Amino acid sequence: MRTPLTLLSGVMAVLPDHNVNTDSIIPSAWLRSATADLARGLFGARRFDESGRERPDFVLNQRPFRDAKFLLAGENFGCGSSREAAVWALARFGIRCVFAPAFADIFYENAFRNGVLAGLVDETTWLALAAAVERHRDAPLFHVDLPAATITDPDGIRHGFTVPAGRAEALIRGDDEIDLTLRHIDEIKRFLDTATAERGWLYRSPLDGPLEPQRTTP
Amino acid sequence: MADSDRGAQPRAPVRTSPEGAEPPRTVFDKIWDAHRIRTLEDGRDLVFVDRHVLQETTSAQAFAGLARAGRRVRHPELTIATQDHILSTVPGRDETTNPDGRELLGLMRSNAGRHGIRHFGLDDPGQGIVHVIAPESGFALPGSLLACGDSHTSTVGGLGALGIGVGTSEVEHVLATQTLALTRPRPMRVRFEGARGPGVTAKDLILYMIGALGVAAGRGCAVEYAGAAVRALPVEARLTLCNMSIEFGARLGLVAPDDATAAYVSGRPFAPRGADFERAREEWRALISDEHAAFDRDEVIDCDRVAPQITWGTSPQDVAGVDGVVPDPAGFADARRRDLAAEALRYMGLEPGMPLEGLPIDVAFIGSCTNGRLSDLEAAAEVVRGRRVAPSVWALVVPGSQAVRRAAEARGLHRVFQDAGFEWREAGCSMCVSINEDVVPTGARCLATSNRNFENRQGRGSRTHLASPATVAAAALAGRVTDVRRTEVFAGEARP
Repeated sequence: MRTPLTLLSGVMAVLPDHNVNTDSIIPSAWLRSATADLARGLFGARRFDESGRERPDFVLNQRPFRDAKFLLAGENFGCGSSREAAVWALARFGIRCVFAPAFADIFYENAFRNGVLAGLVDETTWLALAAAVERHRDAPLFHVDLPAATITDPDGIRHGFTVPAGRAEALIRGDDEIDLTLRHIDEIKRFLDTATAERGWLYRSPLDGPLEPQRTTP
Repeated sequence: MADSDRGAQPRAPVRTSPEGAEPPRTVFDKIWDAHRIRTLEDGRDLVFVDRHVLQETTSAQAFAGLARAGRRVRHPELTIATQDHILSTVPGRDETTNPDGRELLGLMRSNAGRHGIRHFGLDDPGQGIVHVIAPESGFALPGSLLACGDSHTSTVGGLGALGIGVGTSEVEHVLATQTLALTRPRPMRVRFEGARGPGVTAKDLILYMIGALGVAAGRGCAVEYAGAAVRALPVEARLTLCNMSIEFGARLGLVAPDDATAAYVSGRPFAPRGADFERAREEWRALISDEHAAFDRDEVIDCDRVAPQITWGTSPQDVAGVDGVVPDPAGFADARRRDLAAEALRYMGLEPGMPLEGLPIDVAFIGSCTNGRLSDLEAAAEVVRGRRVAPSVWALVVPGSQAVRRAAEARGLHRVFQDAGFEWREAGCSMCVSINEDVVPTGARCLATSNRNFENRQGRGSRTHLASPATVAAAALAGRVTDVRRTEVFAGEARP
């Protein structure tokens, strides 16, 4: 069970760039240990200068966005490396929902696996949300209602976002994906039995004894 | 809220044949369907993972999760592990040479040992970059579905396999269940027609394609690379082509297997043998896209027009022919692309209109899962042979695997590189991801055969230009970006 996500209130920050990659979200220096302080590493090179001082012009260094719970991001957010630490860093910083016109495929999967909502918003909604943040820069407080798939802005205006029903329900219940899959374990076993009978060549060879010495020609 | 997952978004209608015959399918569809266990309630497919490849930087937390839940590795015999990302590539290295790597390298070794997984550690002759050793060992096979906690898993598509790059939670999911729950990608095709000119490699083709279509164009798609120029590519070059599918935004890329693929696979340690191999080859022959199979998108690249490519910005789509110039951001129609291009030029220290040829470089890196195979080193060595690296350039060759390293040494390539002033390293990811100690100094300009030119990718403030092994080799010698077609290797050959 993960922490269920249903209703959330918090600050929304805007990062409008297209194609923000996961190297930018969490630079590789923070991947050297299984116990690194990923919240500190979030957007590392953009948030901090060479000597570790905050860059005041970066949105997450500005009040009230230091406490952002929602991120409004640009097209193809999370492209590049599959590093799940990109999602872990966002979550540890406190961001529970990212809204964007589109997400890179692997980031999208990683987000839901960690109880982070990746909600799709169309261009009109994106602009309306960004304008609402701009109008309320002192207190850009938004409310996300996952069951209803809506975001209420500080003026009380409701905006819709898109999330596949199954994904939303899994977040609401706090599902563990592995548990869900293991419910099908008998079917998985039957599949492998059948596949082995039909395509023995695919399953037999690596099962056989120890590896022969590596061929020197790659 | 949508009713089901993104896999259910509209697809091009599948044409059905009369008389209830099987509808035509793409090669992707055929392999996917053979691996689908069931379609889940949310619309995703539960697929069987034939092969799972682990590396040290994305598996530690997955094993920790397994332990917390009291689960075991379901199919260790379908799983291999290696150390590639964070290990030192300095000759004579061990797990402590890069002190920052000790924790994760040790965890990979102990986790593999505890769960009975074959581990190609840094002292094993089979060690290397995941996407280099999976094909060269015969672990990845045509028609198989392979998962790995690394985005460039699409590389094995060069054999006609489905290579799925995943995050750590999904690595844990595969370890525990040998399956993945995935949104079915939509089939897309890119046909490379015409013929490559001299000095134009698979790397140039894929960079050109990403530049022409954009880094998000493949999102949600399984991209089949087809056409005369792809058929003519040797298998290792097809691996390079498929490798950068992720830079195109695609879920995976693949080339339908053919006789060259079967010849490549034959005799490799993990490959089927004897009657099994003959049976496999029969099945691989059916792995072609049927004549009327529907693709959601079909693109054509005219290879006759492709020059050797080099990136100028901080996204793989920021690319031009080496004989071109740095573009003027004002020329981009889209306002955000304009801003990003301007920011990229500032970061890269370039001005609009500057010729790319002649740009001085500080570092030359040859290696990575994109271009770290024997044929890549041979192409670079051909340019380098008998010449010297420019005194101002730090040049290194990092073979993609120990098998590549041994094969290159058997051909004397290490001497060619070392005599020229290149460092000759042990196998690993090295300066592609720069998570070990192979880092480009701040502000330095690196010409690299790797796959990402993001800001700070090769180290803080590093300036990365992506190109082919031959182009990087030529630049290392000249100390500046050079059109490889002007070098002696290609002199006298007809220009395209």
